[in-house]
Amino acid sequence: MTEPAVKYIEGATGPWEIVLGLEVHAQVSSKSKLFSGASTEFGAEPNTQVSLVDAAMPGMLPVINEFCVEQAVRTGLGLKAQINNWSRFDRKNYFYPDLPQGYQISQFQFPIVGEGEVLVDLPGGATRIVRIERLHLEQDAGKCLHDQSPNESLVDLSRSGIALMEIVSKPDMRSAEEAGAYVKKLRTILRYLGTCDGNMEEGSLRADVNVSVRKPGGPLGTRCEIKNVNSVRFIGQAIEYEARRQIDVLESGGTIDQETRLFDSKTGETRTMRSKEDAHDYRYFPDPDLQPLVLDKAYVDAIAAGLPELPDVRRARYINEFGLSPYDASVLVAERETAAFYEAVAKGRDAKLAANWVIVELFGMLNKRGVGIEESPVSAARLGELLDLLADGTLSGRLAKEVFEIMIETGGAPKAIVEERGLVQVTDTGAIEAAVDAVIAANPDKVAEVRSGKDKLLGWFVGQVMKSTGGKANPQVLNDILRKKVMGE
Amino acid sequence: MTDLTDLDLTAARDGLVAKKFSAVELTSAYLGAIDAAKGLNAYLVTTPEQALAMAAKSDERIANGRARPLEGIPLGIKDLFCTQGVETTAGSKILQGFRPTYESTVTSQLWKAGAVMLGKLNLDEFAMGSSNETSAYGPVISPWRRKGGTEPLVPGGSSGGSAAAVAAHLCVAATGTDTGGSIRQPAAIGGLVGIKPTYGRCSRWGVVAFASSLDQAGPIARSVADCATMLTHMCGHDPKDSTSASQPVPDFGQSVGQSIRGLKIGIPKEYRLDGMPDAIGREWDKGIAWLKEAGAEIVEISLPHTKYALPAYYIVAPAEASSNLARYDGVRYGNRAAGRDLIDTYERTRAEGFGREVRRRIMIGTYVLSAGYYDAYYIKAQKLRTLIAQDFENAFTKVDAILTPATPGPAFPIGSKTSDPLEMYLNDVFTVTVNLAGLPGMSVPSGMTEDGLPLGLQVIARPFEEETMIKVASVIETAAGRIKAPTKWWRS
Amino acid sequence: MSVDAATVKRIAKLARIRVEDGELAPLAAELDTILHWVEQLGEVNTASVEPMNSVMPMDLKRRADQVSDGGYPEDVLANAPEQRHGFFVVHKIVE
Ligand SMILES: [Mg+2]
Ligand SMILES: [Zn+2]
Repeated sequence: MTEPAVKYIEGATGPWEIVLGLEVHAQVSSKSKLFSGASTEFGAEPNTQVSLVDAAMPGMLPVINEFCVEQAVRTGLGLKAQINNWSRFDRKNYFYPDLPQGYQISQFQFPIVGEGEVLVDLPGGATRIVRIERLHLEQDAGKCLHDQSPNESLVDLSRSGIALMEIVSKPDMRSAEEAGAYVKKLRTILRYLGTCDGNMEEGSLRADVNVSVRKPGGPLGTRCEIKNVNSVRFIGQAIEYEARRQIDVLESGGTIDQETRLFDSKTGETRTMRSKEDAHDYRYFPDPDLQPLVLDKAYVDAIAAGLPELPDVRRARYINEFGLSPYDASVLVAERETAAFYEAVAKGRDAKLAANWVIVELFGMLNKRGVGIEESPVSAARLGELLDLLADGTLSGRLAKEVFEIMIETGGAPKAIVEERGLVQVTDTGAIEAAVDAVIAANPDKVAEVRSGKDKLLGWFVGQVMKSTGGKANPQVLNDILRKKVMGE
Repeated sequence: MTDLTDLDLTAARDGLVAKKFSAVELTSAYLGAIDAAKGLNAYLVTTPEQALAMAAKSDERIANGRARPLEGIPLGIKDLFCTQGVETTAGSKILQGFRPTYESTVTSQLWKAGAVMLGKLNLDEFAMGSSNETSAYGPVISPWRRKGGTEPLVPGGSSGGSAAAVAAHLCVAATGTDTGGSIRQPAAIGGLVGIKPTYGRCSRWGVVAFASSLDQAGPIARSVADCATMLTHMCGHDPKDSTSASQPVPDFGQSVGQSIRGLKIGIPKEYRLDGMPDAIGREWDKGIAWLKEAGAEIVEISLPHTKYALPAYYIVAPAEASSNLARYDGVRYGNRAAGRDLIDTYERTRAEGFGREVRRRIMIGTYVLSAGYYDAYYIKAQKLRTLIAQDFENAFTKVDAILTPATPGPAFPIGSKTSDPLEMYLNDVFTVTVNLAGLPGMSVPSGMTEDGLPLGLQVIARPFEEETMIKVASVIETAAGRIKAPTKWWRS
Repeated sequence: MSVDAATVKRIAKLARIRVEDGELAPLAAELDTILHWVEQLGEVNTASVEPMNSVMPMDLKRRADQVSDGGYPEDVLANAPEQRHGFFVVHKIVE
């Protein structure tokens, strides 16, 4: 594994290094909330998906969702992390209109998951190991709308109490790209596990980014936390802006205050969060409404036994067993659906050829159409059939691409298309020889040129023969005959 | 015909089933008594229409031979229990006008057992107090007065309205809650029986929280049998409360009058406090003698950390309360004060909505949880709790139940202890240990002071052994004889 | 440890309870008395004692992941001091 090259930012006083740690909030893919039976469905009317518990009515009590506990453990195992058999829920106390209880139920001192790691593959083949500090379960807050009225904010508690896994990394990232790649990798793992849908537009995955800067090799600087950044692009922008801001402050003789900042996606800037200005004193203490969460070994083992093959293992398998390049393997494992599609195509076939077709032809087509793999007009089975026709010589590469185009349009089976349109390639030597003879006879000057050393013109002959055979001539056979007849080899 | 309100639960139930009177008649008698006792300020809200409708339904069921265990029994409900559609204030201004859209588990169980709701009973604000003087709706006046005196006395607290209403025959029995003694202390000084069950016996769902790890609901009634019957129908596992116990609930009434021969009763030496009034020591000695007479073996035990219970309690309870009461912010329910901005509105809402004692406890709780003090106060107190619980565990390897005084003295005059919070806190000195350890505790009348005020004893048992506790209390009740109800001086 | 007016001010801020300036000093004295009284716990050596985790030890019961609650916005909003279009209304929050 290669460490990524250090990337410095040039300041007026010399180079600076960015130090980044992320706290990612991943919404558990549960039907109901962490401590209540209200729905978690996205986009509901205000205050509909709210139980009396979520609204913190007097006398209401939390009861934990077993599915959420299981997903936290699954995710912990997916991050190769320590699962804590004894964990506890604490209350984080602060006042805010979107926090109906006046406290968030979270896990502070004893989280359900301890230390783990995530391997982040970077462009250029380097790998960054990002250590995970912890993962804990906690409640989401409601939502405040500030733009509806000049003097008022409106509060919707539909999100209040939804289960989040807060995944805290150590400050192991050194650039905006690394942070972006980390979030993408984390999302891949979560999606493989099925514990979070990773949908950033709907807020299922949000990141708090801790940014500090330092002189290379120097002591860690004071960090600022940028809250709730909800896209990979914004994470990058926020980091770039914030690092530059801190460097400017430090270089002009100022100091960085440890504070919570807000990223404004319209301006691309970060600014102090005024509402969280007063001293953080969350007065954490164990939630007396909940017993400690004790997990026995058998429970954890059973979840471990049910884990799917994870992206790192799958990538290694593609490289080692299928002989794919690390880059191709990374591309194919990035989404569970893509990998499944690829494996269906590759099964019993040339794995490298399959990879090429999936990455170049299929992805190219999907990108152009702006659709996901689950909406692909060509199924994995049909693409496989096409590769079979290529393998048994029925189709040339060029013809196969032509058939693929028709498959996209009609959704038809490749065999049927080939038969219907007579696209079978010609391998009959006699027919190809006749076509070559005809071209030679018609172009004696060109033949002379080739023979005098301009071999590049050979390609022109290939084109002419292909034209006259409607592209069906087997390119290998054609090449052999041409070389023999024109070059006299 | 005798006054129907003078019948205790057992007698009222027998009379109803024998059709000597109807549930509507019984309920009407209570509604009349409540009307004539407005001066005691025991009820915050009465629900006569609902009560009469419930009573009519009970009469129907009795007529059809489908009577349930508490059919037609009129109850008063401490205003800490949320009652659907009926104003629930917790004795606080901040919840004035709050009408829950839900019913607490404990009260819905009582209604399912056939009981009739008369109304909501006054209490110390958010159950914080031992005299019912912190209620935002005025103090409750005890139906008890010193012999020949007219000075108004406190009913105890925080379930002061409950105790006053039961003692003054303004309900057959009442619900209470007990966080540090709030059932047992008012019951004891009101000449009544009160039970704080094992932590987890009664669901806390729908009960306004004070200190979650200490709060337990329980009954206050006129006799051990009545209290046991009430308890049977208040307990039970509730999936909506994660701290609710799944232990089966026995018919606690079966334990009344059973023999305690051979039972070992512990007498903790640390409960004999310096400066304790003679009357208290005397009651205790009397109780010890009665139990011995009934065949129990008396064993001196030591609960060495007893003196730390009260200070530990006054860290843990305010800490939990400071967090539990954060939801009263004027956003979703309750009173909201007018402020310049959001924070000013919060601060005014809570300053105006909470009374002095509640504010004081929130401040203490906030302080002991704040950065730099958490270990020194909160963790220290939770460690003391471990030691106190271990003291009891050790004791219960040697004894089956423990007998102590219930209160350090009888009812005291209104206003006499309000200036010094610490003096007020001392009211719970004998009861608070039980909450810290989660144990069941029960107070039972044992006698009267020379000037005619009731006193009681406390029986403590192992977790989920309320039956043992009830047996012991029942022996004391038989030996002491039932306390005669106070004369109804408040009826004008 | 001793509680002064500044501490009371800080605590009151955290607890979101308005305390008038004139009340700070008397309140500080009151809290100080109570805190001194509870500090007698310091007499007990608790170095090897576990703080209590749950008063009546039992398993944390878990519920199945089913939508079994919610869907009654009228109930949720029934007691709101101020509401509009299904939302609770508060003073403008400046982030
Ligand atoms: Mg965080
Ligand atoms: Zn979080």
